[in-house]
Amino acid sequence: MNKPLRRVAIFCGLLIMALMVRVNWVQFVQAEDLKNHEGNRRVAIERYAHPRGNIIVEGKSITGSAETSGSDFAYKRTYKNGPMWAPITGRASQAYGGTQLEEIYDTILTGNDDRLFFNRTIDMLTGKPREGGNVVTTLNNAAQQAAFKGLEGKKGAVAALDPQTGAILALASTPSYDPSKVAGNSKDDEKNWVELNKDDDDPTLNRALRQTYAPGSTFKVVTAAAALESGKYDVDKKTGIESPLKLPQSSTMLGNDKINPLCDKATLRRAMELSCNATFAGISDDVGNKGMIEQADKFGFNEEVFTPVRGVASVYPEDNRPQNAMAGIGQASNRATPLQMAMVTAAIANDGKLMKPYMVDRLEGPRSTVEQFQPEEIGEAVSAPNAKKLQDMMESVVERGTGSTARIDGVKVGGKTGTAQRGEENKDNPYAWFISYAKDDNGSPVAVAVVVEDSEAARGDISGGGLAAPIAVDVMKAILDGKR
Amino acid sequence: MSFNLGNTTISSGGPPSRRNTELALLVFAVLVPVFAYANVGLAMDGTIPAGMLGYGLGLGLLAGVTHLVVRKFAPYADPLMLPIATLLNGLGLVLIWRLDQEPALKPYNAAPTQLMWSALGVALFVGVLVFLKDHRILQRYTYISMAVALVLLTLPVFFPPVNGARIWVTIPGVGSLQPGEFAKIVITVFFAGYLMVKRDALALASRRFMGLYLPRGRDLGPILAIWLLSLMILVVETDLGTSLLFFGMFVVMLYVATERTSWIIFGLLLSTAGAVFVASVNTHVGDRVNNWLNPLELQNGGVTETAQAMYSFGSGGLLGSGLGQGFSRLIGGIATKSDYILATVGEELGLAGLMAIILLYGLLVERGIRTALAARDPFGKLLAVGLSGAFAIQIFVVAGGVTGLIPLTGMTMPFLAQGGSSVIANWALVAILLRISDTARRPAPAPAHNPDVEMTQVVKP
Repeated sequence: MNKPLRRVAIFCGLLIMALMVRVNWVQFVQAEDLKNHEGNRRVAIERYAHPRGNIIVEGKSITGSAETSGSDFAYKRTYKNGPMWAPITGRASQAYGGTQLEEIYDTILTGNDDRLFFNRTIDMLTGKPREGGNVVTTLNNAAQQAAFKGLEGKKGAVAALDPQTGAILALASTPSYDPSKVAGNSKDDEKNWVELNKDDDDPTLNRALRQTYAPGSTFKVVTAAAALESGKYDVDKKTGIESPLKLPQSSTMLGNDKINPLCDKATLRRAMELSCNATFAGISDDVGNKGMIEQADKFGFNEEVFTPVRGVASVYPEDNRPQNAMAGIGQASNRATPLQMAMVTAAIANDGKLMKPYMVDRLEGPRSTVEQFQPEEIGEAVSAPNAKKLQDMMESVVERGTGSTARIDGVKVGGKTGTAQRGEENKDNPYAWFISYAKDDNGSPVAVAVVVEDSEAARGDISGGGLAAPIAVDVMKAILDGKR
Repeated sequence: MSFNLGNTTISSGGPPSRRNTELALLVFAVLVPVFAYANVGLAMDGTIPAGMLGYGLGLGLLAGVTHLVVRKFAPYADPLMLPIATLLNGLGLVLIWRLDQEPALKPYNAAPTQLMWSALGVALFVGVLVFLKDHRILQRYTYISMAVALVLLTLPVFFPPVNGARIWVTIPGVGSLQPGEFAKIVITVFFAGYLMVKRDALALASRRFMGLYLPRGRDLGPILAIWLLSLMILVVETDLGTSLLFFGMFVVMLYVATERTSWIIFGLLLSTAGAVFVASVNTHVGDRVNNWLNPLELQNGGVTETAQAMYSFGSGGLLGSGLGQGFSRLIGGIATKSDYILATVGEELGLAGLMAIILLYGLLVERGIRTALAARDPFGKLLAVGLSGAFAIQIFVVAGGVTGLIPLTGMTMPFLAQGGSSVIANWALVAILLRISDTARRPAPAPAHNPDVEMTQVVKP
């Protein structure tokens, strides 16, 4: 009987061996996947087990943590002035997950990042509770206040950059929401969440980064850049383009209602001051679709941008001749985010050099800086002499043209208005755009793009100069006042 | 002092009894759970738990009593089995107490009850060793055992099902019992006795067909009867595990008794056919199989217990979160302390701890089979291999089910899991194995003085 007994012994050994292999498979090979699986509540429990690190603006935190009870989460995220900062912070919600900075730097904020390993070890050895790291932003409190206040009651967005570094100074979007109200996992949070998602105005949408608009006349600075770069045009040289202009392959006449005589064969500067449609459509047609795409790409179109919060790609697509001509005045299939138009303005204000927009200055561990971010150059959008010429023209717009509402005493301001028409037969309210920069002896400290999407104001009143420019002025002033 | 008491029974020329080895191992088997207990308290509240002294004394007392009884009544028994059983039982108590600290988990405050059941189990262990002087006595009760086993197996049919499985006998005011655990031992006794008598008929009267020895039709009777019985258990009581356990154990014992490989092939074919048939007919078993194939799938929008157990294992990783610091409470339900206790082991002690536990079980099984090899009588061999085989299959079915190797069944991890019937029955099982091993390893009595032999020697030259 001993031979079968030995075989049974081997069989039982194999059973045990099979279990060993299985547990190694589950706890070693599959461990990472299971540990971070979406259904695994430990991920959320761990995330809220300690007070989260904070997001910092100018040395003050715009977030906080509050102890909670009644669930397996020990702490809950709180926000100071949540609606204003929501486009930066995003949310860290126990029930509805994280977005934007909260999500991107989750491991830093929770203290779980690999780079905080020594901190964790020291905390563990000394018995101190786990501490999260901080995310220090580049934002400017006063500029953000000005932007958010300016947009109050309207639907729109503001993006402001430091042209010389690419640092984001303000990023506002309205209507906004308070992430504090959906940060927990209580019944109230659920109610707020349902309401947020029912809202037609989509308050959780970050319009400054994620919504593309027809850029309207503000796009004319890009067209002007293409014109100068082509070498065929100059600031004070007559363009020779008639107004009104018969669009190519079409019988449509394009012009400006009352000022066609002024725009007819005007110089580039004059056309910019008056925002002549015919001139820029003509230039766009002359430069061609390929050339226009090339110039738009140099300003950052057709590519997503990571600030590190993702900004959607603004588009300047391949298109037929009449559409391309219309795109030259921002009224065709080209679309831009407010951040993109701020980048265009910033590149011009920075003598042609386009800097990568970024909103995080550094990541701080509880004891030391984990990572310091440096400004990065994307490339040369236009040559320095041409950038100077564009500045010259944009400053003329404010001094003598449609952008007169943007004047600030004692500072050079360059800008461009825009009113993008929408809907069939233009029946929807247009988008009011304004892009501008301020400049002093040390170069330009701020470039800003403002879009007001929808307004209760009567149609006639809507124009970039009337609605959007005052907001841009307030944002620029906030930055300039801070410099003094 | 007990050292000397034990040693005096050994004749100087005989094999070592290994009782002192057992005692040394037992010290560790008590200390490890005591430290684990302290570990849980320190991790959860930062203090040594108040009950630690009582707990340590309780476990130490149980271990001491078992050791003394073995020293006195089974001095040549295997030295490894008792420490392993004690260690597993002790760790089980710690794990249950640790899960008691999670207020949401039922049954509430299970550890003291489990300690009481363990004491009862040890009492039964002592009883078996004291009163069962020789395991061959059990052979007399072959057919009585069969009757008792049948009664134990059919009893739960008359009680309401718990969680979809009819394996419980509920006695109001006293509690619930799982007769299947006891039936496991009793039916092994029946199989061993029956096969010992019938093994020659089963082994020799067979026809050769395609290189296999096929049994005669009339000899197929018993195996088909057992197969039908296990299918009945499966269908009526919807208990996949017990069914697999009995059938597997019977096939193993049949193979050992007859030395015919054909029985194994028959067994595998029959069990596969039965399992497929039942899985396709019975929705409960079908659900389990579906759960096994898609462990992480949501059901009714919620995370299943199976998925939660998998998350526990995954989150434990290599070294585990440490006792008291895991979240195996998320498994919820009523089985966290019993069927799913291995998930807590996996999460809090990690892969390392889980492998150690599985190895302990493996060692216990192999010591049991070693006992079967050493046993001198066929009944003892069959009984030992039956009990060890049943133990091995149970480990495989439970651990395999919880870790997702095979579909989950409603059985508990011997010694580790919360549940009175299981711990009592398994202490009895270990006692019987120790008894067989004591008989097997006992030195043959010195031959009586025989004048004839001496005479012959004198004459020879």
